[in-house]
Amino acid sequence: MAAAMPSLFETLWRTHEIRPGLVAIDRVMLHERTGAAALRALEAAGRRVVNPAHAFVVMDHIVDTRPGRTDGTLMPGGQAFITETRAAARAFGLTVFDVTDPDQGITHVISPELGIVLPGLTLVAPDSHTGTQGAFGALAWGIGSSEAEHALATGTLRVGKPGAMRVMVSGRLGPGVTPKDLALHLIATHGARGGEGMAVEFAGEAVTALDMEGRMTLCNMATEFGAFSALVAPDEVTFAWLAGRRHAPKGAMWEQALAHWRTLRSGPDAAFDREIAVDAAEVQPMVSWGTSPQHSVPLRAAVPTAAEAGLAPDTHARALAYMGLRPGQPLRGLPIDGAFIGSCTNSRLSDLRRAAAILKGRRIAPTVRKALVVPGSQAVKRAAEAEGLDRIFEAAGFAWRESGCSLCFFAGGESFGAGERVISSTNRNFESRQGPGTRTHIASPEVVAASAIAGVIASPAELA
Amino acid sequence: MPEPLVRLTAPALPFWADNIDTDIIIPSREMKGTGKTGLAAGLFANRRYRNPETREEDPDFPLNQPAYRAARIWLAGANVGCGSSREHAAWALAEQGFRAVIAPSFNPIFFGNCVRNGIVPVVLARELVEGLGSPVTVDLEAMTVTGADGRAHPFGLPAEARTMLMEGLDPIALTLKDGDAIAAWQQADRAARPWAWLA
Repeated sequence: MAAAMPSLFETLWRTHEIRPGLVAIDRVMLHERTGAAALRALEAAGRRVVNPAHAFVVMDHIVDTRPGRTDGTLMPGGQAFITETRAAARAFGLTVFDVTDPDQGITHVISPELGIVLPGLTLVAPDSHTGTQGAFGALAWGIGSSEAEHALATGTLRVGKPGAMRVMVSGRLGPGVTPKDLALHLIATHGARGGEGMAVEFAGEAVTALDMEGRMTLCNMATEFGAFSALVAPDEVTFAWLAGRRHAPKGAMWEQALAHWRTLRSGPDAAFDREIAVDAAEVQPMVSWGTSPQHSVPLRAAVPTAAEAGLAPDTHARALAYMGLRPGQPLRGLPIDGAFIGSCTNSRLSDLRRAAAILKGRRIAPTVRKALVVPGSQAVKRAAEAEGLDRIFEAAGFAWRESGCSLCFFAGGESFGAGERVISSTNRNFESRQGPGTRTHIASPEVVAASAIAGVIASPAELA
Repeated sequence: MPEPLVRLTAPALPFWADNIDTDIIIPSREMKGTGKTGLAAGLFANRRYRNPETREEDPDFPLNQPAYRAARIWLAGANVGCGSSREHAAWALAEQGFRAVIAPSFNPIFFGNCVRNGIVPVVLARELVEGLGSPVTVDLEAMTVTGADGRAHPFGLPAEARTMLMEGLDPIALTLKDGDAIAAWQQADRAARPWAWLA
C-alpha cells in the first residue's frame, strides 16, 4: 500500500533537509536593527555570503515614518544602525530596500509584493513575525542574529524539526469579522503557547475563502500563538497574486514552478501531531483587554475574571493593574487616547480600505490625542493615495505616514504616553510595547477606525 | 571565531547567586553599538560599578579584587543566563576574556550562546561549584574540572559542543565541514527547482 501523502509542512521539510538537523535556506531577509551586526561579524570572520542574490536587506524597524524622512531617527543612536547596515549590505553586494527606495516597506509586506517569497521556498529573517510569509505556502520562520549569519554564510540552518499542527476552520467568517478576529479567537481559546514548537497549517473553507492579505494577517498572528511558523497551502488565489511580481519566475520557468506549486498541499490522510477545529461562525469581532494577545475577548464582552480567563490570579491581577481595568467592566465604551493602524499584521491596502470606509466623512473624537496610519509599504502608500485614502484618513484626523514598523513597538524614539489607552491594529499588547506604561488594546483596523471616531472602544456597527 | 580550547587554568570569579539573568550580565543600556564588541566594560555593570555612568568600581565586587581581575572562569549559581535571549551576554563575557562558566544549571539559550562564542558551559553540583576555589582548571580532553584543592570532577557536554569548543569552531565552521553534502543538495535542487534560484 502506498504511504499516505504527507502534510504540506512535511513535504517542505523533506525537500530542504540536507541531513537531519541541517536544512537548506532559499531566501534570507535582514533588517537594520540587527543587519549590521550580522554582516560585520561575517566580514570579521573572513566569510562571504554564499548567494548574495538570495539575501535582501530592508530598512523598516527603526526608520522614521514622518514625511520627508532621512537617515535620521527618533530613536537615539538609531541612525548608525541604518548607515552601518547599508554600508555592510552594499559591501556584500546584497539588494537593499533603503529608506527612500520606492520599494521600501515592512519586510513581510514587501517580500510578497516583490515576489521574494514564493510557494515551496524556505525563508528566514531575524524577525519573529516572519511566519507571515507562510501565507504563500513557503516555510518561513524567525531566527536570531547568529542564525542569520549562518544562513548567509552556508545557505543552510542547523534547526530541529518542529511538529506539524493543523487548524481547520470550517464555515465562513460572518460579516464584519476579519482574519485578525479569527486569530485572536484562536489564541484566546487555546492560549499564547497553543502552537508552541509547531508549524501550523491553516486550512478549511474559511481560510481558502480569504484573499492573500487576509491569509497574511492570519499567519502573522500565529507568532502570538507560539508557533514556529504558519502555512496556508498555495492555490489559484496565491498564484494569481504572484504572477508578474518582480522576483517571481517568468515564462516557461513560471509554468514549471506552477506545476510544482500545485502539488504543495497536505494529503487527505496526512498525519499531524496536533489538530484543532474552529467553527468560523462562532468567531466575533475581538479586542484584547490585557497584556498578552491571549487576553482577548469578543468586543461585546466584559473584562473577564481570572477564572473566566483561565489565568492564575496573580497574572490576571498584574495585567488588570497595568491596563487600569477591573473584572466585569465592558470593553466597549472605554475612553481611548490614541489609535494606530499599521504593522506587518494589518497595514496592507485592503486593511486601509476597510478602515477608510469607516472613517469617510467622519472626524476622530477630540479626546483622541494621537492617531496614526502607517502604510505597510511605499507601494501600499502609493496605491492608497491613488484611491484617495490618504485624504480620507487626513480629513478624519489621522496622520498619514511613510511606511515602516513605526509604533508597533517602542524603539526608544516615538511613543504613546504612559497610562494612555491605545487601540491598535498591531500584534502585541505587551506591557510598554508602544511606549513606557502605554496601555495597548489590539483589534482589527475596522475596530481601530470606529473607536477613533467614537473616542471609546467601539464597533463599526454602533457608529451613528 | 573563538580560539580552540583544550585545557585552561585560570582565576575563577565567585559570583554565584541563583538566577543571574542576562540583564545582570549586561544591562540593556550597555548595548550601545550595532556590533558584538565594545561590550566588556558593560559586563556586570550594575554590580561591578558603584556608579555605572562614571564607571566608579565597587571594591566589594569580586571582579574588582586583585585575585579575580584576570578571571577567565566564572563560578555561577543555578539557572544562569535566564531572562532575555540577548547574545550580548555571551559576547560581553567572551570579550572580557571568559572561557568557561561553571554552574549548577544553565538557561538553555544562554548555554547555546556560550558554546557558539567559545565559552565552555560546565554543569556541576552546587556544593562542588562552591568548593572549587581559585584557580580552576577546565580540561575538555579529560572532561574534568579541577579545583584549587587538586580534586578533579567529571562533567558532560554534548559531543558537537565539545568538538566546537576544542577545535575553535562556531556553528558556521562546523556546518562548512558539511560543504560536500550541501553542494550536492544544491546541485540536485537546481535541477529539480530551477525556479527557486535567482542566481
